[in-house]
Parts: sequence; structure tokens; C-alpha cells
Amino acid sequence: MLQKSSAQCGLDTDLHPPLTPHEAAVESDRCYFCYDAPCTTACPTDIDVPLFIRQIQTDNPSGAAMTILDENILGGMCARVCPTETLCEQACVRQEAENNPVKIGALQRFATDTLQSAKDHPYTRAAESGKQIAVVGAGPAGLACAHRLSMYGHAVTLFDANSKPGGLNEYGIAAYKATDNFAQREVEFVLDIGGIELRQGQALGRDFQLDALAEQFDAVFLGVGLADVNDPGIGTQPLAGVVNAVDFIAELRQAADYSKLDPGKRVVVIGGGMTAIDAAVQSRMLGASDVTLVYRRGAAHMNASQYEQELAQTQGVLIKHFMQPVGFGGDDRGNLSSVEFEHTTLDENNRLIATGERTSLDADRVLIAIGQNMEVQSLSAVSLDMQHNRIVVDSERRTSHPKIFAGGDCVAGGEDLTVTAVQDGKMAAEAIHRQLG
Amino acid sequence: MADLKSNFIGIESPNPFWLASAPPTDKAYNVNRAFEAGWGGVVWKTLGEDPHIVNVNGPRYGSVHSADRRVIGINNIELITDRPLQINLDEIRQVKKDWPDRAVLVSLMVPCEEKNWKGILKQVEDTGADGVELNFGCPHGMSERGMGAAVGQVPDYIEMVTRWCKETTSMPVIVKLTPNITDIRYPARAALAGGADAVSLINTVSSIVSVNLDSMSPEPSIDGKGSHGGYCGPAVKPIALNMVAQIARDKETAGLPVSGIGGVTTWRDAAEFITLGAGNVQVCTAAMTYGFRVIDEMSSGLSRWMDEKGYRSINDFVGLATPNVTDWQYLNLNYVTKAKIDQDKCIKCGRCHVVCEDTSHQAITQQKDGVRYFEVIDKECVGCNLCVCVCPVDNCITMEKMAGGTDPRTQQKITDDYGNWTTHPNNPMADRSAPAADHS
Ligand SMILES: Cc1cc2nc3c(=O)[nH]c(=O)nc-3n(C[C@H](O)[C@H](O)[C@H](O)COP(=O)(O)OP(=O)(O)OC[C@H]3O[C@@H](n4cnc5c(N)ncnc54)[C@H](O)[C@@H]3O)c2cc1C
Ligand SMILES: Cc1cc2nc3c(=O)[nH]c(=O)nc-3n(C[C@H](O)[C@H](O)[C@H](O)COP(=O)(O)O)c2cc1C
Ligand code: SF4
Ligand code: SF4
Ligand code: SF4
Repeated sequence: MLQKSSAQCGLDTDLHPPLTPHEAAVESDRCYFCYDAPCTTACPTDIDVPLFIRQIQTDNPSGAAMTILDENILGGMCARVCPTETLCEQACVRQEAENNPVKIGALQRFATDTLQSAKDHPYTRAAESGKQIAVVGAGPAGLACAHRLSMYGHAVTLFDANSKPGGLNEYGIAAYKATDNFAQREVEFVLDIGGIELRQGQALGRDFQLDALAEQFDAVFLGVGLADVNDPGIGTQPLAGVVNAVDFIAELRQAADYSKLDPGKRVVVIGGGMTAIDAAVQSRMLGASDVTLVYRRGAAHMNASQYEQELAQTQGVLIKHFMQPVGFGGDDRGNLSSVEFEHTTLDENNRLIATGERTSLDADRVLIAIGQNMEVQSLSAVSLDMQHNRIVVDSERRTSHPKIFAGGDCVAGGEDLTVTAVQDGKMAAEAIHRQLG
Repeated sequence: MADLKSNFIGIESPNPFWLASAPPTDKAYNVNRAFEAGWGGVVWKTLGEDPHIVNVNGPRYGSVHSADRRVIGINNIELITDRPLQINLDEIRQVKKDWPDRAVLVSLMVPCEEKNWKGILKQVEDTGADGVELNFGCPHGMSERGMGAAVGQVPDYIEMVTRWCKETTSMPVIVKLTPNITDIRYPARAALAGGADAVSLINTVSSIVSVNLDSMSPEPSIDGKGSHGGYCGPAVKPIALNMVAQIARDKETAGLPVSGIGGVTTWRDAAEFITLGAGNVQVCTAAMTYGFRVIDEMSSGLSRWMDEKGYRSINDFVGLATPNVTDWQYLNLNYVTKAKIDQDKCIKCGRCHVVCEDTSHQAITQQKDGVRYFEVIDKECVGCNLCVCVCPVDNCITMEKMAGGTDPRTQQKITDDYGNWTTHPNNPMADRSAPAADHS
């Protein structure tokens, strides 16, 4: 039998297994090659979707991959992690026609897998421009920016605080979305273009300062993401078992042996976004018997798409709505034993209010996933315009400092997705290249 | 990187993809858009004499779809340009000026008189166009008036008109042929005899695409009546490939440059035409189905394939498949194949079984141990390929050559020796004195 895509997944198995050539042929045949295609408009990186699907259809998957990578050098990761159900596939005319969009994400993976298994990096660098650019953060935004700049012949120094590059691709994305060490393989692919010097373990604000960087380099790009987590504001005495969801996932992603991890038995996850869903699902996959995800508003308000909510439910996660945490209960040895919630509702102005009713959920672990924040101190050497603790940029991704650009999660008004980070990095590189002219 | 640059009978273009003379090349507006999209050249929609002809004012296209409404073929009852000659000539002059690196050719069709042809050629020459294409192909409407296919079906006329043109102009002259004849070699030889620099083929195939069973009118229907329209698109590609190969193989016309037309939709179609002997290709229906941007897929696909094969320019692979087109009598009868089903790929639909059982050689099982199981019985399989044709899964059934041993069906020993019909014992006319040779 042919391998069929199925919802069966575990930590080491793809959530969406790659398409077989037969599946790709059948699926690509479904594309209408729309004009001014809505899927392309919906793609944050403007990939020419109808063209790449047609290239798959005509047995040219490596040409298809180039069409993708021309706009999105991390097209391989995006094919795995994009919430396509709210992006390109939601816009597909076949969603409108028969509630069954062309599987754009899966086709994108089919194409990019073909090319990335080839040996040679497909892009060549323009002649050395003599310009030096500092890129801070080797996440999706920084990598996309560095690659595009290098293509134009600029010399890039890529700083990252962590011991491995890739940002949240390496430390945050759910294990079942990026199996087989894909994040590192993709970073290698990107860096293969040459002209990018990676400096790991180098933290802005600690090992070097922004003012000096802006002086030494012809331009600076900040793609530092969100290194801080939000505090639920119910801080009592520290209890064992109260864990930050992002830290839990990072630990899981770096674990050599999942059986050594203790996910807890009764787990409560607090939050309504992708991180909350991923933390809940991965807790289940690690063997937690009871996982309850609690969100303070309704299903429709959750940042996680309906698809992801259903994914969590099929993995055995119970989702409760309209409850917010007010306290943790602990036993005498300092271990978490319960989480206290108060029930909420929306008033006539759609404001969230507490009803006064309370519920306590037994738990030996609570994973907090109520959002991340920028570590603003690292930028303190230069005063940049900020909004809600994030960097303000214009449409070219330029900050209030003429030599400093920024993109990805650390800028204000973004969507906090891998694909938007890539677009920011690409746009900033284009703007820097124009500016250095 | 492969170089897609094309030089066809001295006419240069950045790639071998031209738009065929048809609505996509009807006026400057379309042609400018085509060149912006990246097309290498155009053959302008066929010009005629004033007063310009008129078209029907109702539907002029009909279509044939495969499942999922993919266009397989289009037929049309459109005539040549319905705009005044001077407007076309002015636009052609301007377009050539604006796009000096692209090929701009002009298709022509005038009454079959020397003065008419000589007159219009002078006017075209003044535009700076790169060449002309004589439309001896249009199968509907114009042929009723003694033009188009009415000329193309009479080799003597082809030769005569071609000669008039060659005598009059220094521009390269391409003769566009109609497939609505019994043997394409005769019109091609006539074009060559008349001095043509090249032939282009095919024009559209005479057709009726469907009948409306309520109104009893053929489609497209003009007030309850239809006509014999010209068929084109993917459906006609095999007809066109066949004719291109026939001309390339013919001893008299071998070497005559050919511009391949008919159903070119993807890079692969273009590559196939070129390997059978075409120097470039022309496209109409693919553009009319998807817009000019299909050129992106064609160029990128062709150049990727050339890179993969190590071909650096188009000329590197022109005609490479031509020597492998031969007559039936020279096919190797000692080449024995058996179908083989890849059980990992088989989805057990049973199509291979039923077609073999009902219409071929009862060589595919249906069951094993009470469950659906499809497997080839080598003892019965004649290697006909029907199962491969109907299997819905690509590469699930393959044809495997038998190397050595005995064919379980015929009990004949498998030999590597070449043996064809000309020397076969069952052939009463066989020349048994000579060893079989590939005479192709
Ligand atoms: C758990 C989780 C799951 C997610 N799942 C998805 C998903 O399925 N699909 C999706 O589209 N998006 C998902 N996202 C969001 C996505 O991962 C981010 O939007 C994206 O990674 C942002 O890219 P970035 O380059 O801006 O930042 P990051 O990926 O955060 O990269 C920032 C980099 O900067 C480095 N850095 C930080 N501070 C400093 C400093 N001071 N000095 C030097 N280097 C520094 C970090 O080490 C890191 O490498 C998820 C996020 C999380 C947390
Ligand atoms: C609507 C229509 C109009 C055409 N008009 C002309 C014409 O004026 N002159 C001509 O030489 N061929 C004409 N053709 C034929 C095309 O140039 C071409 O030979 C044929 O369509 C086969 O190519 P295709 O399969 O790529 O469409 C016409 C075809 C169509 C569909
Ligand atoms: S909207 Fe859907 S059908 Fe149309 S081009 Fe995009 S993927 Fe293809
Ligand atoms: S394609 Fe354009 S011109 Fe033709 S019938 Fe439709 S709207 Fe009218
Ligand atoms: S036609 Fe193909 S898929 Fe169907 S039963 Fe035969 S081998 Fe299997």
C-alpha cells in the first residue's frame, strides 16, 4: 500500500507525513493555476503558489523548489509549520468551491525536500560588495535576512546568544512538526551560500552592545525574537511543577532521550495559542495521563486555529474555556498540587469579567503559555522607538535608528509566525541593500 | 546554466517559445503583454486584404474537458484578423521597434493570385518584421473561399504560392501546414520545392466537439447551427508530433527546418517536439487556457531539464529522437517484455485485470487466497502495455525486458540478436538470404 497522510503522530513522526510522488501528482493536478492567485496573496512571503504547483505537475520539483525559495529561503520549515488553514489554504479557491483546498503546504514540502536532498546550494553570491552587516539572532528572521544579504555580496556576521542556531525552529516548534533534525539541516542549507560568519554564544547586551555594533558595521539587523515570558501575575512562593511552557518545549526539543523526561501525570496548560496547544499535545505524547488546557475566553477567541484545537482534542487533551488562574495550591514538600481558577464571561461590551464562581483542578504540573515578551534591556545601549515592549519599524523594517533594522517576533504589530519572520528578514535585507546601494 | 537562446532560420529570439498566429497575437496590446511575460517571439494573427473579414458575433469556441474540467482541446470557428490591414501593419512596426530582441513574424492569407501575395508582402516588409508565415492551414471559413486549407491541401498550389513569395521578398518564408490531409509529406515537399525556408505545423484539425442534445445543434452554436471548427490543444499533440517526425524522417524533406505547433502546454511537450526535429515551438491553446504566464513554467522546466542532461543550447538536442522513429517492419521482434506490478504501489482497483481479461490476453490475476490480488501471469502476458496505460498509479505497472532464459509464453529462447519482420519465418516475402538489418 502507498503511504497515506494520516493524523497518527508521535514526537518522532511527522504530523503531516511527506507526500509520495503519486500523492503529489494527484494533488498538484487539482490546482487551477489561478490568476492573481488568492493563495499567493495570502502567503506572507508572496510565494508564486500556482507556478510552483505547476512545476510539480510537470515533473520539475526542483524548479518548484526554486520558485519557493526565491521568496522564502526557509520554505522547507514553513511548509511544516505554517498554519496553512489560516493562510494560503484558507484562501484557496477550492476551499471556497468544495471546502477542500489544494494541499499547498504539503506540496511545498514535497518540492523543497527534493531540492534540499541535493548536494549543492542553489544560489550563488554576487561579487563582494565590501559592506559588513551585523545580524543579531539566528532565528527565521535573522537567517532569511543574512541569506539575502549574502546573495547580494555583502559580508554578514550572524550573532546568536544560544548554543545552536535556528531560534524557535530549533527550540520552540513542536517536535512532530520538524522531525529528523530538520531545523539544523535547514540552517546548514541556508549558511551554505557562504559569506555568513556565525558567532554562537554571543548575546547582545551581554557580550556586545548595540551602539558599538551600529558603529562598526554598515547596517544592523535585529531578529532577537522574544526571550522573556509573560508572568501570569499570580506569583506566590515558588512551587515545583510550575513550569514555563516555552522552557518545557525547549528542553523536550533538545532531549536526546524522551524517556528521561518527566511530563507530570496531571498537567494543566494555561493559554490559548500555538505554544499552549504544542505544550499540551507534547505532554500527552510524553505520557502525561491527564492534560487539561484552560483558556480564559471562548474557542473562537483562541489564537490557535480550529485545526490545532481539534488536533489537541484528538490527542486526548481536554480544553476548558472561560476560566482564568488565580492561584496555585502546593503540598508541604513544595510541590504543586492544584490550580485554582475563577470562571469568566464576556459583558455586553465584550469585556472579560469574572463571574465569582471558582474551580480547582488537581495538577502536579502546570505549563504556563500566556505569551512571551522582548528582553528590552539587551537593546539599552541605543534608544529605539518601542511600542508595548516591541521595536517599532516602518514598512521597510527600519527602526527609528537609520542604520538599524529589525524583524520577526521582536517588532511591533507582527503576527509571530515563522513565515512572517522570514518575510521581515527578506524585506529588511532588500532595504539594507538599497540603502547601501 | 542552459542557454535557451534560439536561432530559427536566422531569426533570433531569447527562447524557443513563440506564440502561434491566433488570438494571443491579434494586436499590439496582447503582444506587448506576451513579451513582458517573457515569450521569445510571436507570429502575428493572420493578416488578409481589406475589406477585413468579419467574425461571428456569437460563441466561436467549443471545448473538450477531462475530469475536473481541465481543458484537453478547444475548437474554434474564428477567421483571420478582423481588423483593417493598416492598423495591424502600424502596430507590427511599433512592436518590432519596441522589442528588437524578440521575433516578430507575420502570418498572411490572401486570395490565390500572384499580385495579391506580392502586394501584401511589400507592405509587411516595410514594418521591419523578421519573417512571414503563409497560412495554408485554416480549416474553416477561409477554406470555403479558396484560401487557407484549400491551398494547403493541394501541393501544387503550395509550391506555386511559396515560389511567388520567395521571388518577391528577402524575408524568411515559413509555410504553415494543415493536418487535414492524408500524407503530410506531400505538402512539406511542395513547400520545399517552392523554396520555403521552413514549415510550421500543425494548424488546427477539422472537428465538431459536441452536439447539444436539446437543440440538436453542434457546439459552438450560432443561432441553432454549428460548423466544422479547428481543433487544437493537448488533444492534438500526438497528431502534430507524428507529422513533425514524418517530415524530419522523409528523405526529401530531411533537414528542412520545422517550427513545431500543436498542444504544446509544458516544457516537456516542447522538448518532445524539438527532439523529433523541430527547431522551435509555437503555442496557442496553452496561453488561451492559462494566460501568458505559462511561459515561466516552460522556460524554467526546459532549462532545468537541459542542465540535468548536460545540453547547453537548444541545438544540442534538436532531432535526437528522429533516428529512433522507424517503420514497423524494422522493430526488433526479439525484444520481449512482461508487465510487472509493484505490489507496494498497487491500490487494488482491478482495472488492469479487467482490461486484460476482457480485451487482451487474460494475463492478470484477480485474487490470491480469497483476497484481491493483482499479479501478472508471465505465461500469458504478451507485453502489450494496456495495463500500464489504464493503471491509475504512475509507475505501478512497469514493462520489464526479459534478459536471457525462455519466454514462458512462447517457449522461445530469449536472444540478444536483432530480428525484424523482413527476415521473419512467418513473412512470406521475407528475404532470408540477408541478415536482418535496421533499415530505418
Ligand atoms: C512553542 C512555540 C511554537 C510555535 N509554533 C509555531 C508554528 O507551528 N508555526 C509558526 O508559524 N510559528 C510558530 N511559532 C512562532 C515562531 O516560532 C516565531 O514567530 C518565529 O520563530 C520568530 O522568529 P524570529 O527570528 O523573530 O525569532 P526566534 O525564532 O525567537 O529567534 C530569535 C533568535 O535570537 C536569539 N537571541 C535572542 N536574544 C538575543 C540576544 N540578546 N543576543 C543574541 N541573540 C539573541 C535567540 O537565541 C534566537 O536564536 C511558535 C512559537 C513558539 C514559542
Ligand atoms: C481561436 C484560434 C484562432 C486561430 N487563428 C489562426 C490564424 O489566424 N492563423 C493561423 O495560422 N493559425 C490560427 N490558429 C491555429 C494556431 O495558430 C495553432 O496552429 C493551433 O491552435 C495549434 O496549436 P495549439 O495546440 O498550441 O493551440 C488559430 C487557433 C485558434 C484556437
Ligand atoms: S487558489 Fe488554490 S487552486 Fe488557485 S492557484 Fe492557489 S492553490 Fe491553486
Ligand atoms: S472571454 Fe471576455 S470577450 Fe469572451 S465572452 Fe468572456 S467576457 Fe466576453
Ligand atoms: S490497475 Fe494498477 S492499481 Fe489497479 S489493480 Fe492493477 S496494478 Fe493495481
